[in-house]
Amino acid sequence: MSNIKYILGSFGDPDEMMHGIEKLQENNIKIHDVYTPMPIHGIEAKLGVKRSRLDILAFFCGITGTVSAFALIYLTSVVDWRHNIGGKPAFALPDFIPIMFEVTILFCAFGLVGSYYASTHLFPGRAPRVMDLRATDDRFIIAVDAQENGDHSKIDGLLKEAGAIEVKHNERKYISYE
Amino acid sequence: MGTHNYNFNEQFEFTGKAKNLSIAAILIGIGSIAYGFSDHGLHERTFANLLLMAYYFACVCMSGAFFLAVQFVAQAGWSASILRVPQAMAKTLPIAVVILIVVISLGLYTHNLYHHWNAPGLTDPSSGNYDKLIDGKSAFLNVPFFLGRQVVFLSIYSFFAILLSKLSTNEDLEGGLNSYTKSFKYSCIFLVIYGFTTPIFAFDTVMSLEAHWFSTMFGWYNFAAMWVSSLATIAVIIILLRKAGYMQWVNNSHLHNLGQFIFGFSIFWTYVWFAQFMLIYYANMPEETVYFYKRFEFYKFWFFLNLVMNFLAPVLLLMDRDNKRQENIMLGVCIIVLCGHWVDYYQMIMPGTVESHNGFGIIEIGTAIGFVGLFTFTVLSALSKKPLIAKNHPFLQESLNHHL
Repeated sequence: MSNIKYILGSFGDPDEMMHGIEKLQENNIKIHDVYTPMPIHGIEAKLGVKRSRLDILAFFCGITGTVSAFALIYLTSVVDWRHNIGGKPAFALPDFIPIMFEVTILFCAFGLVGSYYASTHLFPGRAPRVMDLRATDDRFIIAVDAQENGDHSKIDGLLKEAGAIEVKHNERKYISYE
Repeated sequence: MGTHNYNFNEQFEFTGKAKNLSIAAILIGIGSIAYGFSDHGLHERTFANLLLMAYYFACVCMSGAFFLAVQFVAQAGWSASILRVPQAMAKTLPIAVVILIVVISLGLYTHNLYHHWNAPGLTDPSSGNYDKLIDGKSAFLNVPFFLGRQVVFLSIYSFFAILLSKLSTNEDLEGGLNSYTKSFKYSCIFLVIYGFTTPIFAFDTVMSLEAHWFSTMFGWYNFAAMWVSSLATIAVIIILLRKAGYMQWVNNSHLHNLGQFIFGFSIFWTYVWFAQFMLIYYANMPEETVYFYKRFEFYKFWFFLNLVMNFLAPVLLLMDRDNKRQENIMLGVCIIVLCGHWVDYYQMIMPGTVESHNGFGIIEIGTAIGFVGLFTFTVLSALSKKPLIAKNHPFLQESLNHHL
């Protein structure tokens, strides 16, 4: 067993890369992931990426915010320390709504930023994990797990045939641990 | 990029069931208005209903023109293949304008509408009817200036609505970018005028029914209502046309976009509604709270129904991505929103006209059905005049391949 971990096909053109994905899939070679510098229509369907659960997370972050805001206002201004504001009852729901609304959005935004950092292993001060630096610039990268797929020369051939400019054999998963 | 084989000369044929039903609806409307005018005690209520539906009709049509202008100014590609529907609505605007101005003028003339500021002696200090507040506002709220504003605003909207529709016809015939660049230019001008004048139009037509009260949020509140109801109308027309076998190029991504629009602007409507309510509730000044006092005393059911139909229903039903992409759910939500904005206008207009003598019966339902029939008849007639797709629109390919 060689110590090559990942095979990266580097394409200069998104259509050629899509063609490369098809080629690999026809030959039953499992694709680890694809990295592109811009969003590409229809790529999720082609790779069979599962639908994002971001909306569900957003909903629960939001509802946590609503409940927290309600609890905060209710406990402070109704239970703990009642104020007479304009002769209104202490528990005046319309007054609560703007604060509940804002805190909902705040929690939702924080939750989503946090989940983004967690899922991309990207934290302030930490070097980002990148398999190929040019995927953030002008190259479209198909990554194949070399341990799972044995026939490396066949993968090379397929990628080259589809129009890959360069095929790399990486011994480390990420190049930028530094 | 897929290839498509759509017939770009496909034209809507306005015959059969749709035509018969809309004519029947117009007859029902005429019948119930005639019933309303047969009893002297019901005149005011009939006028209030006529104003409600004429205003709704005009607002939906002028927001159709607004939709066109927004798409041109944003240089939106997704909507290029559905523009003929808002164009048909925009083309109907002059008819709606004539009806609205006739209703307003007759209402003013017979003192059934706007009697809060248009009654004998209100501005005469020697009269027993003298009202100092109204006298102070009479430089703005007097019949010639009021009618003049209505005519000027509505003619400007109609002019741009017809112009945008004409330019699209020219584009069909000549091709090229000439019509598109012109549409862009006129849309920019139209949006500026529309943005500044619709609040005044809403102040005049609806807010002045209760001339003592005022709210600076009222214009945007009405703008949100007319815009979201127009979007819902566009979606309903497209879905029904698709069900009848037309416009097969409209896919569920287009529907998704319309759904997002309706979802977003329903929330915007609620936001503006709440901003108006909240400030009045919080400040608790008698001259302002009188508005909500009336609605809470005599219209409690309508008051809450309004929020359920225009906020809770679209938010809960359209929150999910898959729901926005399904024809039947979208159709249902759009109809709820359209009925909801009838309720919205109902509780804007009725307390200022019939006060606590409101009702919900033959006059309300019949007038609404009549105007729906009139809208269907005029819009579908306008739609049947041109092919259902603007075949030379520069963004047409983007729209046909639209995918979210």
